[in-house]
Amino acid sequence: MDIFGNLMLGFSVALTLSNIMYCFIGVLLGTLIGVLPGIGPIATISMLLPATFVLPPVSALIMLAGIYYGAQYGGSTTAILVNLPGEVSSVVTCLDGYQMARQGKAGKALGVAALASFFAGSVATLLIAGFAPPLAELALKFGPADYFSLMVLGLVAAVVLAHGSLIKAIAMIILGLLLGLIGTDVNSGVARYSFGLPELIDGVGIGTIAMGVFGFSEIIRNLEQGEKREVFTKSITGLLPNWADIKQATPATLRGTALGSFLGILPGGGPVLGSFSAYTLEKKLAKDPSRFGKGAIEGVAAPESANNAAAQTSFIPLLTLGIPSNPVMALMIGAMIIHGIQPGPQIMTAKPELFWGMIASMWVGNFLLVVLNLPMIGLWVKLLSVDYKYLYPAILIFCCIGVYSINNATMDVFLTALFGFIGYLFIKLDTEPAPLLLGFVLGPMMEENLRRALLLSRGSPSVFYERPISLVLLILAFALLVIVMLPNISKKREEAFQE
Amino acid sequence: MKKGNQTDFWSGVMFTAIGVLFLVVAYGVKFGDTVLLPGYSMGTPARMGPAFFPFWLGLILAVLGVAIVINALRSKEAKPLEKFHWGPILWVLGAVVAFGLLMKPIGMPLAGLVLVIVSSLGGENFRWKPTIFLAIGLVVFATGVFVYGLKLPIPLCPDISNLQDMRACRV
Repeated sequence: MDIFGNLMLGFSVALTLSNIMYCFIGVLLGTLIGVLPGIGPIATISMLLPATFVLPPVSALIMLAGIYYGAQYGGSTTAILVNLPGEVSSVVTCLDGYQMARQGKAGKALGVAALASFFAGSVATLLIAGFAPPLAELALKFGPADYFSLMVLGLVAAVVLAHGSLIKAIAMIILGLLLGLIGTDVNSGVARYSFGLPELIDGVGIGTIAMGVFGFSEIIRNLEQGEKREVFTKSITGLLPNWADIKQATPATLRGTALGSFLGILPGGGPVLGSFSAYTLEKKLAKDPSRFGKGAIEGVAAPESANNAAAQTSFIPLLTLGIPSNPVMALMIGAMIIHGIQPGPQIMTAKPELFWGMIASMWVGNFLLVVLNLPMIGLWVKLLSVDYKYLYPAILIFCCIGVYSINNATMDVFLTALFGFIGYLFIKLDTEPAPLLLGFVLGPMMEENLRRALLLSRGSPSVFYERPISLVLLILAFALLVIVMLPNISKKREEAFQE
Repeated sequence: MKKGNQTDFWSGVMFTAIGVLFLVVAYGVKFGDTVLLPGYSMGTPARMGPAFFPFWLGLILAVLGVAIVINALRSKEAKPLEKFHWGPILWVLGAVVAFGLLMKPIGMPLAGLVLVIVSSLGGENFRWKPTIFLAIGLVVFATGVFVYGLKLPIPLCPDISNLQDMRACRV
């Protein structure tokens, strides 16, 4: 089947009335929760995960993907109107978006963000449809040793791109890998690190960790800092950019889309890297870089298109290799497994309607985002002006009910509280928690592939450097690590994150 | 002792402690004949036992932790540990734990009221009246969405047999 035949199949799944509805609900809920300051896509997805349990797998994944885009866009809205990024990937949108809002051009900033995102999303959807099948074919040639090396590369890349200290990020990944091993070992049946608690025999849930570390700890953090918000509720008019704006924003959108799409595919890449790089690129290319940070329209269009493109293309490694490239994808894998789908190269051939349906729904989701957001901006703004003291109890109760419903276990509620404290500790100790979640999902996969690889080679580690695929991946990982450790580059890396 | 990078110092201590915990539990603890912790079987590289992977990861984590500690002590930049605000921690996490404890005995709606009210006590300018309205509103909404809408098996009423027999308590 060619790409258009596949896409047709996908649209025939995505455009059924019920799936459009789930996509719509997902985008709506995602935006609704993502708009709330301090709540990024990870917390939003884990909070809404139980809401998808009653759905059939295809609809559930369509809805989850919708939640993800919604949360992403919601974060940008908050960034523009309140100067508070809901997530790291909209940090750069704050720089110029908020300035535009202060100059009374909030509507224009929001409109450009929505349209640039839509364009980027459409391009990225086509890219996924084109690149996923050959990659999945390649992935079928991967042996256990190659998978292990690929995961090493992915983790190294994630470390390199994390903020702050390199060595602390590596430690966080290892901690995540270890947490992932809690529970029954599939080969021996031994319940590891369960400390006699029957609830831990199945391991710690990804929702528990995500909600604790990314949800609860943020709430405590926000409470201790007190509230200082300035919301632009008035004068949100003129959402549609005029001709001059379009002329200014179009090249930035094109570059942002290209850069974001590429960076999203890389292991460890994703929206964060995409938006930061796109902004830096625009600033470098601009005739007058001093306009940036003072309300330049390119400063909104480029990072917004890049983060949306990257958010989409980061589905490629997930759908073809079954390996998450960033924490949000790690959560998506967790969600897929809960729904009984094992992500990997076999999905495309075994469940074509699910695979292509999800891809087609990405375009539908992006379309709905534009349709939904332009007229509903007023509602999001109202939501933003609600006092935080009324918001956080609401977040807490939905998180608690959500985490309880994953396994109908009160133990999970206690564990989430524990992880909330651990997450707060991470904030205080200045350690970035994102690599932890990635390690958590990869822990059992890495162990299993290491076990299989060594079983096949009768315990000899040579299998990792004798297989060409594995060798190349390991060399890449090593090279990446060496490059960032070079004093020159590591200084630049720090500067890049400072900006 | 207040010199060096305190934040990094304590994060290194944390990583080392966790690493040691994981490797010790995997390896087991024995004094002569008395087995304090049985540990898991290590196996051989060709046939990895359940202890193999966590043991080595735990060791790496502990070593990284020590390296972070050494780096922090040598660091010229003084970075004191940020203050812990126990107020919000205790109110928020305490409310969550209370919700977990009360959920099955008294049902989600009542436990939800407790959660919202207790956690609100951790915020600024607490006032009873709006908080109670908020709590009731949220509980009604959550019950509608999760119990009636999504049909998730969430306990509605206190766990008393007379109440559990009532139709309103079953969905």
